[in-house]
Formats: sequence, C-alpha cells, structure tokens
Amino acid sequence: MSALLSVSEVTVKFGGVVAVEDVSLDIGLGELVGVIGPNGAGKTTLMRVITGLVKPFNGTVALDGEDITNWAVDKRVRNGLALGQQIVKPLTAFTLLENVALASGCQRMASPLQALIQTKRDKELAKAGEFLDMVGIKSASDAYPSEVPLGYLKCLELARALALEPRLILLDEPLAGLNQAEATEMADLISSLVNETRSILLIEHNLREVIRICPKLYVQDQGRYLDFGPTSEVMANPKVRMAYLGEAKT
Amino acid sequence: MAYEIIVATTMAITILFALSLNIITGFCGQVSLGHAAFYGLGAYTGAMLTKAGWPLIAALPPAAIVAGSVGFVVGLASLRVRHDFLAITTMGVAFLFVGLVRKQEWLGGEIGISGIPAVQFGRPGLLVLSIICAALFAALAVYIKRSWMGFAFDSIANDEDTARVLGIDVPRFKLWAFVIGTSGAGVAGALYAHHVRYIGPDSFGFVESVTVLAMVIIGGVGSVWAVALAAAVLSVLPLWFQFVSDYKLLIYGLLVFGVMRFSPDGIAGAVQRLLNRRS
Repeated sequence: MSALLSVSEVTVKFGGVVAVEDVSLDIGLGELVGVIGPNGAGKTTLMRVITGLVKPFNGTVALDGEDITNWAVDKRVRNGLALGQQIVKPLTAFTLLENVALASGCQRMASPLQALIQTKRDKELAKAGEFLDMVGIKSASDAYPSEVPLGYLKCLELARALALEPRLILLDEPLAGLNQAEATEMADLISSLVNETRSILLIEHNLREVIRICPKLYVQDQGRYLDFGPTSEVMANPKVRMAYLGEAKT
Repeated sequence: MAYEIIVATTMAITILFALSLNIITGFCGQVSLGHAAFYGLGAYTGAMLTKAGWPLIAALPPAAIVAGSVGFVVGLASLRVRHDFLAITTMGVAFLFVGLVRKQEWLGGEIGISGIPAVQFGRPGLLVLSIICAALFAALAVYIKRSWMGFAFDSIANDEDTARVLGIDVPRFKLWAFVIGTSGAGVAGALYAHHVRYIGPDSFGFVESVTVLAMVIIGGVGSVWAVALAAAVLSVLPLWFQFVSDYKLLIYGLLVFGVMRFSPDGIAGAVQRLLNRRS
C-alpha cells in the first residue's frame, strides 16, 4: 500500500543556497509526525514544497500515489492537503465563522462557473460552527480577527484547516507565541484531531510538546535528512542530540 | 423633456460603466486604471456594426464579446502583477488603446467616427434600453455578491495568498472578474456611442478611466447600490453645473481625497456606520 504522502529526493535551491537537499519522507494515513530541526534547517521550506508554495529544484511529491509536484496550491488543497501557517493569516474582512465557512465550501468553488451558480451557504455556516466548537472558540464566531487574541487566531487557523476536510494537515509552528499552558492545550487538541482518515505533519520548535504528542519524528539539519522513526529512537540518536540539542557526547 | 431624457440616459450608461468596474476593483480587489479602454472598445464595435446596418440591440453582444476578450488578455496580466504594478499595467492599456485607435484610418483615426446612426426607437427607446442594461447588470452584480463566486472574490480582495491556501483557484476567478467587468463596460460603450453619436479616441482616455474609478471609490468599493448612486450623481453634476464640468478633475480629486480621509469605504461605509450607531 502506498503512503498517503510521499516526498522523494526533494532538493530546493534559492539562488546558490541549498535549502533542502535530497530529502525523502513517507507519511501514512492516521499518523502524527513531528518535524524538528534547528533554525534554518529547511523545515518550513520542505513544508512549502509539500503545499506547492515552493517548486523543488529536483524530486517529487506524491499524494495517495499520485504525483502532485506540478499541481497548484489550490488544487492540492481541494485534493486533501491543508495548511496551518506559522504566521496566522485570517481574512480580516470576514468573521471567524465566515473564515471557516469559506474553507468549508472550497469544493463549491472548484471552478468559477460552479461558484457562480451556487448561493446557499447555510450548510457551510453550520459546519463552520461545528469546527469552531471543536477547537473551542465557538463563542467568538461573530467576532472579526482583529477583535480576538492570538490564541484564538491559532485555533481559527486549525479550524479552517479542518474545514477543508483534508487527509493531511500540515501545521507550521502552531504553538509559537503561546504560553506553556496554551501550548499544552493546543498540543492536546492537535493530537486529538488525528484519526484513521486524517494525518498531521507538525513542524514545531516546542520540543517538549512535540515529543509528548508525536509518536514519530522526522529530523532535518542544514537542509539534510538526519533521522526518521519512532520518537524515542530518534531522540536517542547521538547525531540528532548533537544537531538539535548541541550535545557533544551522549 | 428631451433634455431630461438625455440626462437620464447619461446617468444609466454611467451607472452600468461604474458597476462594471466595481466587479473588478470592488468585488475582486484588482485596481484598474484603464477601464475606459474597454468602454471605448465597446463603443467602436457598436458604432462600426450599426454603421454597417446592424440594429443596436444586435450590436450589444459583439461589443461585450470584443471588450471581454481583450479584458481576458489584460486579466492575464493581473496574474503576474499586483496592487500598484497592476494599476500601472492597466494604465498602460488605456494609453495603448488611445494610441492604437488614433493611428487606425478605418476607425476614423484622430477624427473618430461621426454620423453614428440614431437608434430606430428614438431617444426614449435608448433610455429604456440603457436602463434595462444597467438594471440587469446591477441584478447580476447583486447575484454575484450573494453567490460563492462573490465569497471567493471577497477573499481574493482581502488576501489572495490566503484565498489560495483555502483551495480557491485565484487566477481563474480573477480572469472571470476581468471578463465580466470588461464585457459590461463594452455594452456601456456601445450605448454611449449611440447616445452621443460621435466618438473619438479622446472620449476614452485616461481621464475617463480615473473618473469612473473615482465613482467606485466615492460610492464604496464592492457596494452595488452605493456605486450606482455615486455614478448617478457624479455623471449628472457636470451637466447641471458648468463649474463642475470646467473643474471636473479637481472636484473629483477633492471628493476622492475627502472619502479616503474620512470614510475609506465610501458612501456605503459611512451609511453602514450610521445605521450601526442608530441600532
């Protein structure tokens, strides 16, 4: 059986700088995989390759065995990928409920003609309410993004990703900017969202929470693959400890 | 009565013209400083066809198609440039149109096209046709606003990068906005040509593009009723007051400045705030 997401031999260059070099990674359905590495390791670049925001110099990305390397971002999203960005990007002119409803109706907007002949939004608004409830911010449904704190916007990012009904959610530092209590709460929420139909790839610097909730870890350093496997085994790898934690000896 | 009919026809055509730009700039957030070029394309197409013996009603669809087709090509530019750069690119389209038309003998060159046939059903008939076209386009705009296409346009106008990661095919939606908007301008242009019965390259210059953009901004980008209101009022002011006609750009400029300073979302935003305060 093929992996849900398969990244094969991906290399990304920005001018003369190699940001990601010959990286391969497979993720199965129902997995929660943490991606860690020091600053500048190329984690976000790898995620942007998966979402299609960056074109790889070399290598392929496949979803459910289908090569999506040349697909546009929106097509990937409509086919099962969702992205939660490091810097939250709510649509400021929309309420939180409308932000999520828009994501929920992404299949209605697969083509402009299809979008033109459909007007009903009730179903999507109801579903959006459920997703906001799931992430714990339903009380702020009618608020605008400028009226709520960062923690709510992080949850909104997650609710929007869920509303796309993806098979794989890519989360880029969802815990950044949150205090430890909020981070723990958010990490628990992320962990609870993984099920037999949905996987999550989590890029995060908060090592404590990543180790706590992720059964598997992928480690990258200076754009190169370092290790991938069960969390306990990866964290016991001397190379990982040296790269990530700066230990000279085990 | 004839004067009132002329004023009302001018008003209806201008409303249609402004609402067509509102689809591109107001709904989809793509600034266009060259919209008069599409107005001109419709005017020249309509005039040439009726001079060849076509009835005006039959000339309206080709005017929309010609303007919409060129709008599609200009829309392709919007996929590569944004914001100020798009404004400059579309401004270039306006200059290009005027420059090209000036050199085409078969389009009347510098002199333009005169002797455009009067519509068979007379001035009252042209007024009714203009009102019908403006009303139909306004209804289409209201419908688009309510549809998922309007939802997608709103998101693109707000933040197109975010719209993309929410699964919206941004380039295709932008192209649709350009095609719908420029087709509407084409119809308005064809009606205008038969309203004034003489057109020349200078009728569709940069000033016309800025004037219609001012109407959209003063009304409130994205609002159908407010843009129609602003277009209606601003189109007749130069007819009623000679000084407005003499100092049109200065007055429109001051109005745009005032709106941007005190109510950036135009008349629509000001009215909305007033209603919110009362409730």
